[in-house]
Amino acid sequence: MSLVVHPWLPNSPKKIKEDMLKTIGVKEVSELFSDIPEKVRFKGEWDKLEIGFGRPLSELEIQRIIDDILSKNKVFKKPPVFLGAGVWPHYVPEVVKYIMSRAEFCTTYTPYQAEISQGLLQALFEYQSMIADLLEMEVVNASMYDWASAVAEAFLMALRVNKGKNRILIPSTMNPMHLEVVKTYTMPRGVVIEKVKYDSVTGLIDLEDLKEKVAKGNVAAVYIENPSFLGFIEENARDVGEIAHDGKALFIMGVDPISLGILKPPGALGADIAVGEGQPLGLGLNYGGPYLGIFAVKWDMKLIRQMPGRLIGLTTTVDGKDRAFTMILQTREQHIRREKATSNICTNEALCALGAAVYLALMGKHGLKKLGELILYRTNYAIKKMNTITGVKAPIFKSLHFKEFTVNFDKTNMPYTKIHKELLKKGIHGGLYLREFFPEFGETALYCVTELHTKDDIDLLIKSLKEIVEGWSR
Amino acid sequence: MVFKQAKWDEPLIYELGCEGRIGFLVPEVEEDIRREVGEIQIPDKIRRENPPELPELSEVEVVRHFIRLSQMTYGVDNGPIPLGSCTMKYNPKISESIASDPRITLLHPLQDEDTVQGLLEIMYLLQKWLANIVGMDVCTLHPAAGAHSELAGVLIIRKYHELKGQLNRKKEIIVPDSAHGTNPASAAMAGFRVVTVRSAPDGNIDIEAVKAVVSDRTAGLMLTNPNTLGLFEENIVELAEIIHEVDGLLYYDGANLNGIMGYTRPGDMGFDIAHINIHKTFGSPHGGGGPGAGPLCVKERIVDPERNIKLSDLLPGPIVKYDNVRKKYYLKKPGKYSIGWLKSFFANTIPLIKAFIYIACLGPQGLKEVTEQAVINTNYFIKKLKDTKGYSLPYDPERYRKHEVVFSAKPMTQDVGVTAEDVCKGLLDAGFYAPTMYFPLIVQEALMIEFTDTETKENIDKYAERMKEIAKIAYENPEEAKKWPRNTVVTRVDLVKANHPKTVTPSWRVLKLRKEGKIK
Ligand SMILES: Cc1ncc(COP(=O)(O)O)c(C=O)c1O
Repeated sequence: MSLVVHPWLPNSPKKIKEDMLKTIGVKEVSELFSDIPEKVRFKGEWDKLEIGFGRPLSELEIQRIIDDILSKNKVFKKPPVFLGAGVWPHYVPEVVKYIMSRAEFCTTYTPYQAEISQGLLQALFEYQSMIADLLEMEVVNASMYDWASAVAEAFLMALRVNKGKNRILIPSTMNPMHLEVVKTYTMPRGVVIEKVKYDSVTGLIDLEDLKEKVAKGNVAAVYIENPSFLGFIEENARDVGEIAHDGKALFIMGVDPISLGILKPPGALGADIAVGEGQPLGLGLNYGGPYLGIFAVKWDMKLIRQMPGRLIGLTTTVDGKDRAFTMILQTREQHIRREKATSNICTNEALCALGAAVYLALMGKHGLKKLGELILYRTNYAIKKMNTITGVKAPIFKSLHFKEFTVNFDKTNMPYTKIHKELLKKGIHGGLYLREFFPEFGETALYCVTELHTKDDIDLLIKSLKEIVEGWSR
Repeated sequence: MVFKQAKWDEPLIYELGCEGRIGFLVPEVEEDIRREVGEIQIPDKIRRENPPELPELSEVEVVRHFIRLSQMTYGVDNGPIPLGSCTMKYNPKISESIASDPRITLLHPLQDEDTVQGLLEIMYLLQKWLANIVGMDVCTLHPAAGAHSELAGVLIIRKYHELKGQLNRKKEIIVPDSAHGTNPASAAMAGFRVVTVRSAPDGNIDIEAVKAVVSDRTAGLMLTNPNTLGLFEENIVELAEIIHEVDGLLYYDGANLNGIMGYTRPGDMGFDIAHINIHKTFGSPHGGGGPGAGPLCVKERIVDPERNIKLSDLLPGPIVKYDNVRKKYYLKKPGKYSIGWLKSFFANTIPLIKAFIYIACLGPQGLKEVTEQAVINTNYFIKKLKDTKGYSLPYDPERYRKHEVVFSAKPMTQDVGVTAEDVCKGLLDAGFYAPTMYFPLIVQEALMIEFTDTETKENIDKYAERMKEIAKIAYENPEEAKKWPRNTVVTRVDLVKANHPKTVTPSWRVLKLRKEGKIK
């Protein structure tokens, strides 16, 4: 018998353990494992395996170790990273953190027992409702893993709704990281994902090319992003939707929710399915996750029945006396429908959805508009200033940009990787180098400006870039 | 003493607040910036005209509202949640505190690797520790949850056969009837036909049934061991042989890892691929449904000797590596044989940090103790409840269970019409969360109970007592059982109304539109 008494293991003291074993009717705990065949038993020295630091550590020991390790990270606060590309540095209100750390929410699970989980159910219902109003779509699920997996699931759903069709049209400027995920999810489906051209001046999706491609038939869905991955506002969204619908294809829109205080919501633009990244709604950067995949459909039972993920609904108690909440339409889900389910998703990002609900409640009816304008103005200020640097052009497309924009450095004769390193030396983290994804754009990087980047931060970036590239060309 | 859950008469957030209130002060656009860029016009066709129909609350109202909702929620910090298969153990507070360090939360996933060396070091170590715990060679931390990892796993199986030029034949995945729903759902998402195999009376997968369906078409088998009955699959060696014989791969669903740590490992059992549910075995909180994380590990099996392709080359997402020359950690992006990416970025880092702390604080000795505690708790509970009139223990009641046990309320249902669901509601009334009910599907009126390693003996005793009391009431006064629960926020919820197409209400917007007659 191993002899570990641990604060997380209330029955680990020898006396309790022995009592319990006695009740069970065994002498040694190993008897409870006697059915594990000899051949598969672990035979090495378990305690000598590299697992943790070789022995149980106390709280104060691990704190010290972690502190040493984390001091090797560089955190960009002033200015924050000018890096977006799918998740963005945004402010996380203290109230959001505070509510998300409430133990009752944090330490519970999927509300399988509705009567004792009403608080969580109501909070998730409010998340669904507030996102629904933000999107002007009627039905929102209680979360997917992230935007990328949400769009991948949206494509799979479109293939189910439009059975027999196997083409999906996407913009050529689609978030390349999302596209990778889409490829993984659709790999077994024999789908043809086709890129629609963009207007070489504005970057907007080329409506003529879209029409031609739709006219060829067999299109299950047309997808666009607003704002696009490159930050420009896809102002022809409604036309795209109409063309899609003319071809009997579903219109799927991907959105950044933080833009929806100032930009038309997908529901008003004719979208059948909307997806997006909820990370800006108070969730932080977290080096990769957790984030929040938004997934919504308009009111259409044909669509709703094909939705992936959990749904919370409003109902009453059986006696009709009280309002009540519960999980609904579960016959779509894996635990009931198994291989015929609309998705395999089980554990989702519910706590992030809760955080987003708190965020939206704080922002209220007018907050997102104000925030959107702040970001819009700062973005365009940064763009304007970028163009004062010799050899720098921003953005590469002539359209209105929000939060992100491309910056081209071709004329500086300086490789962007070099510029990036020089910026780092000055304590600034620049945008994402796009060569890997869009080689046709040359030495271009994608920069991001949010409410966290003050005018001083932007000015510092511009000044630093100036020093770097103008110093280089001299 | 009676349990009474806190109950506030809490309106929907839409019914709170007042026009003009704000919960957050957004900074103004700097005057200098406005002057510099002038008025920006968003084209009419894309400008939002009407503000979203969101409520208007002050900060204090938002806080009170959600605090009240939290008080009407039951978490592990309130009491036992023995939801079988979910491993609802205590979530250490030290992990919460460390994981909220800005040196983690402020890191952008595309940040220069030189600036995230500490984070990568943690993840590098975690990859190694997890590989050792499951007896596999290489782990990726990329998938966001167990099911996400399963999808990756079956896509790897698919890729394996594709690279071997046999995908045209390899079309079936075998799944036992006791499997979790995600297993067949994942296999189907990867384009496989799911072949379900029944369990034998002893609770093991029926080996003869497996033999009968295994063929050239078998691409692989998905299995969790201990299985969802809490029983160790004793035929695992033979099973592995049968599947490997036809060049199928064995996939290990790691949801039940809590039952075997230190005693055996998926790698020792012959599995080729295994996922880990960080939010189950390694103590990161379940968050009311998520987030979790689902690392995926493989054996370094040769796929194609000529092209030197190994199974780890098929893994999704980036893997943390250490460059001995540059003395730096870096992310190795998926290569040409990888199944690719399953989410935009690296991984669900926050739960993974918590797992790191969890493992560090327990060490190998502690993890083995975790398993022993979980298994003792289960068998102790069985001893307490077994032979209670009303419940039965299907599938060889004499066998020891591991991390969980599945009782059946079928005798009670047959005798007096009191169901597993009624039993669950009776448990809620006593201030306990209920077991997982009606799963696994092979047990009628199933009550699947998993106390995990962190439940006290006292609570296990009380839980057993309450279940006995429920049985007694069921036989004496079955009508009473139908009135449960009474002590929770609400009494029994109307599921018919909740799901009927004419009344189904997934959002406030639907409620409003229906009232206005705009939707049916
Ligand atoms: C046996 C089993 N397999 C797989 C899963 C799926 O894991 P996740 O919820 O992390 O996606 C679960 C989770 O509930 C499970 O219990």
